[in-house]
Amino acid sequence: MFRKILLGASALALSTGLALAQAPASVDQKLEALDAAVKSAQTSGDNAWMLVSCALVLLMTGPGLALFYGGLVRSKNVLGTMMHSFILMALATVLWAVVGYSLAFSEGNAFVGGFKYLFLHGVGVDPNPDYAATIPQLTFMAFQLMFAIITPALISGAYAERIKFSAMLVYTTLWLLIVYFPMAHMVWGKGGLLNAFLGGKIPCFDFAGGTVVHITSGISALVAAIYLKPREGYQVEPMRPHSLVLSFIGACLLWFGWFGFNAGSALGAGGLATSAFVATHFGAAAAAVGWLLAEWFRSGKPSVLGGISGCVAGLVAITPASGFVDPMSALIIGFIAGVFCYFMVVVVKNKFGYDDSLDAFGVHGAGGTLGALLTGVFATNAVNNALKDPSGKALPLGLVDGNGGQILNQAIGVAIALVLGAVGSYICLKIADLTCGLRATPDQEVEGLDLSMHGEEGYNLEA
Amino acid sequence: MKKIEAIIQPFKLEEVKEALKGIGVDGMTIIEVRGHGRQKGHKEVYRGQEYQVDLLPKVKIELVVSDARVDEIVATLAAAARSGKIGDGKIFILPVENAIRIRNDDHGEAAL
Repeated sequence: MFRKILLGASALALSTGLALAQAPASVDQKLEALDAAVKSAQTSGDNAWMLVSCALVLLMTGPGLALFYGGLVRSKNVLGTMMHSFILMALATVLWAVVGYSLAFSEGNAFVGGFKYLFLHGVGVDPNPDYAATIPQLTFMAFQLMFAIITPALISGAYAERIKFSAMLVYTTLWLLIVYFPMAHMVWGKGGLLNAFLGGKIPCFDFAGGTVVHITSGISALVAAIYLKPREGYQVEPMRPHSLVLSFIGACLLWFGWFGFNAGSALGAGGLATSAFVATHFGAAAAAVGWLLAEWFRSGKPSVLGGISGCVAGLVAITPASGFVDPMSALIIGFIAGVFCYFMVVVVKNKFGYDDSLDAFGVHGAGGTLGALLTGVFATNAVNNALKDPSGKALPLGLVDGNGGQILNQAIGVAIALVLGAVGSYICLKIADLTCGLRATPDQEVEGLDLSMHGEEGYNLEA
Repeated sequence: MKKIEAIIQPFKLEEVKEALKGIGVDGMTIIEVRGHGRQKGHKEVYRGQEYQVDLLPKVKIELVVSDARVDEIVATLAAAARSGKIGDGKIFILPVENAIRIRNDDHGEAAL
């Protein structure tokens, strides 16, 4: 009996001793494992949303923008116009892989990145903590690529129905190199001049590309429209959109894809993404209402083309603001953008007489500028508290937070984008003109770009 | 033989076809055309650009019939195509010299 107790006691002591000896290691290991599991779960969640966002942003170009623009041109140019968008899904991707990502996102000077990521060297599944700590850098690279695809595609609205295809390829390639990659680096790249979060000298808020995407493409479009001169028969022959049904589908796909564009720019699947998602939707909705009301009031009828143009204008304007403003501010920004862009497209364009065929400047240039400036007004740390002082307190962002000086920073960002876009676009147009000849011949233009450039027709109804 | 050319509103085509079938007219040719008479076109506005659309879509029916049946067919056609509003169209009647059935070389009214 006694022996039995002794045995039991010693067994107990042994097991307790063992447990005591093992306890610290086990807890550490467990914490470590838990930590890894949490990180892995967050990576899975964030990466899932970001991959979907990549696909959503690609969907904006093809078929979204291709349908939107394709429906607005005459039927003899529908394929050529769609091709202007589609070819960039291929061309910009190759350029991005070889050199673009590096020039935009590797560390360089304040204006352009370096060559560290040339040929995507060193860009793999490990995150790049400077940009997005929870997703593979490859995902970040692919997401940013989709922006480099749609931005030059937006310009095609200005030179539609009259540019030579070879010249368009030269122009767009040069444009990405001279305008887009540097601008993306300045605003989003580490050490970029305007980067508010990674050491920029002039902190400019541009959540998803108001300056980088819309102002650069919009002003470049205006320069292209003026350089190319109006289409044959402009203001003499009727140039009605050949299918607003296509444009309608395209615009709705743009609205849908824009959730990836803006909410995806949160680079994760958290609250900021939701905030940007809601702001995006509200901006589009209010702008559609604004444009339609302005049109109804001025010309007597609210048109479908007006409604869809308004929603795109609102999406453009809310883009820089989407991760910084609350839903009510988004409604205000959207409504103003709808009315303002209507005015730009309907009144200003006709006053000056430039042939921005599909209103790339009136919608993207004007809406982008308005949005970038209003971001300085409505940005608030109640939505985005990523900027903190050394004590960890969130810094005021825009005028509503009491930081009126931000509007000046935004204006500097706008001015840089306007100048870079205008000058860069002119240089690219000039080179394309000297090497290929920019414009289709009058005969080719009358025949239509589908046949003269691509040897096919969009609608073979007798076939 | 006479040829009847009727330019009518596109939405009246079914009614006209049924009415003609009802009085035993077996064949016709339909052409989609655009045009205008006294009916004015309409204005379309795309992003502030106004377009005056004068030529409106119409349907042209062509029939070749024997002289004896012209009045009856024209009356039936006109009644079926009439909505009473401006833009209902017009009917023209032309003499026809001959008709030939390609399949078997029938000539004249036998070919109709």
